[in-house]
Amino acid sequence: MSTLTTPLAEAASSNAALRALLHGLPGVDRVGADQRAAMLGTRSIKTTAKARAIDLAISMVDLTTLEGADTRGKVRAMCAKAVRPDPGDPSVPKVAAVCVYPDLVEQAVQALGRSGVRVASVATAFPSGRSSLGVKVEDTAFAVAAGAHEIDMVIDRGAFLSGDYRKVYEEIAAVKAACARDGEGEDAHLKVILETGELATYDNVRRASWLAMLAGADFIKTSTGKVSPAATLPVTLVMLEAVRDFRAGTGRMVGVKPAGGIRTTKDAIKYLVLVNETAGPDWLDPAWFRLGASSLVNDLLMQRQKMATGRYAGPDYFTLD
Amino acid sequence: MTEPGRLAVRKTYKLYIGGAFPRSESGRSYAVTSSKGDFLANAARASRKDARDAVSAARKAFPGWSGATAYNRGQILYRIAEMLEGRRAQFAAEVADADGVSARKAGELVDAAVDRLVWYAGWSDKIGVLRGSANPVAGPYFNLSSAEPTGVVAVVAPPMGPLLGLVSVIAPVIVTGNTCVVVASERAPLPAITLAEVLATSDLPGGVVNLLTGRAAELAPWLSAHMDVNAVDLTGCPDELAVACEKDAAENLKRVLRPAGKVDWLAEPGIERMTAFLETKTVWHPIGV
Repeated sequence: MSTLTTPLAEAASSNAALRALLHGLPGVDRVGADQRAAMLGTRSIKTTAKARAIDLAISMVDLTTLEGADTRGKVRAMCAKAVRPDPGDPSVPKVAAVCVYPDLVEQAVQALGRSGVRVASVATAFPSGRSSLGVKVEDTAFAVAAGAHEIDMVIDRGAFLSGDYRKVYEEIAAVKAACARDGEGEDAHLKVILETGELATYDNVRRASWLAMLAGADFIKTSTGKVSPAATLPVTLVMLEAVRDFRAGTGRMVGVKPAGGIRTTKDAIKYLVLVNETAGPDWLDPAWFRLGASSLVNDLLMQRQKMATGRYAGPDYFTLD
Repeated sequence: MTEPGRLAVRKTYKLYIGGAFPRSESGRSYAVTSSKGDFLANAARASRKDARDAVSAARKAFPGWSGATAYNRGQILYRIAEMLEGRRAQFAAEVADADGVSARKAGELVDAAVDRLVWYAGWSDKIGVLRGSANPVAGPYFNLSSAEPTGVVAVVAPPMGPLLGLVSVIAPVIVTGNTCVVVASERAPLPAITLAEVLATSDLPGGVVNLLTGRAAELAPWLSAHMDVNAVDLTGCPDELAVACEKDAAENLKRVLRPAGKVDWLAEPGIERMTAFLETKTVWHPIGV
């Protein structure tokens, strides 16, 4: 892309340079993006391909509980479900991660043990992100110290929308630094939540994606799940294009995570098709694509059982979320 | 019947799922003919996926409908009877076409259907008294049994009696708080479609009754095997199909109603159709002395 002729390190040197880079990105054709997402959503995935898609989708889920009413018991129960989504069927893969608030990370780490399911924690004054940088960094450090493998941070949408890109960049970079474990184990991965429902335009989604990736995000994530609309197909399409172009420009690969509002197997498969057709099959891996959801898992399991037994499954036979 | 110079309105009816009138997911339809073989209209031929959607709609409607007071449910059934009577002429014409009976006889059948609804509406707050009890126990407890609806009931409506038979199988299921998915008579679905229009405009929450038109032989097995259906009423199934459905229903221990022999829809029904889809909940409560 032409925008990458300036060295990226220089781009972040000032607000003006960042603005020049982000506003130099090509605009998103809104109607075109909507149509392309809708068209890809009509792909028919059946039989063996569907069975594989269901298992892949299960293995990509970040099983999430982000309620004020969360308890240690609920997190324990969710962790058990993360390791064995369907206790009656050991062939069901485990999910990618569980996602909880920072104070429950310790509980989740304990409950998951060596199962291989990762623990993600939201941080930085989730979901609004309205606090001082010091508090946000502290919040992150607390979750990392408790053992979180992944940090889901929110950007300051107010600063982004008012054009203060440098502030957003610096916050992401500071949180990224707080994710480091200084040689004591693997650094926590940083997922940056753009909260696309508040960004108003697809152009802003593209700019926020690039800004987050420049600042060091390992993943870009659509939403907190607390704002409507949450994840949509066209927004995810724009973000997938961004990670594809970013890899082409810099060689660094960044993951994508749509979150919120993905409830059915049909939705999940639409996202997988979108990934394959936009970013490419490299991203069809739990390391590079995640689905933030909770009730989705039961629907995936019900579809899986329907395919295995030939009769429609009922929610009575699966654990509550 | 069309007057010269006027275009005929050729009707293709839809299904009734979750309070809306969608086309069949499959896009299929079939021609409905009168008892004399004349074309009447096209009706949607529901697929297994429509049945699945109908079950989800019924499940979604269940908490609200079973949680409504018995009095409220009774009032809504009265309201359905009122609305049905308001369309008496249309129903009478449809029944006459379907069954080949005289206009007078058809009118009587419609009246009987209205009366049947009123009869069941009256039971809404009384069946609990009949089926509930305070049980004597040897301990410092109140022990109370109360009747509870079973859940989602799949109903295969009888092929004969397109209106009276249909009303006679739906009313006892919903009056006690169940929700249902009904496969209408394949031979004569038009009164069922008109009944759906009545239901949609009579305060009945969407999803409590879902009406599918099409082939019972195609839909009943899927409904009987569906793990989220709690009971099946196989009144309208021919014997062979009913046996197969009963076997499928055993997988998750559905309650099955399968009347022996031919049912006389004009006779007073008794309470068996209501009690077939009721369960008994018993609670122990300390007296506190």
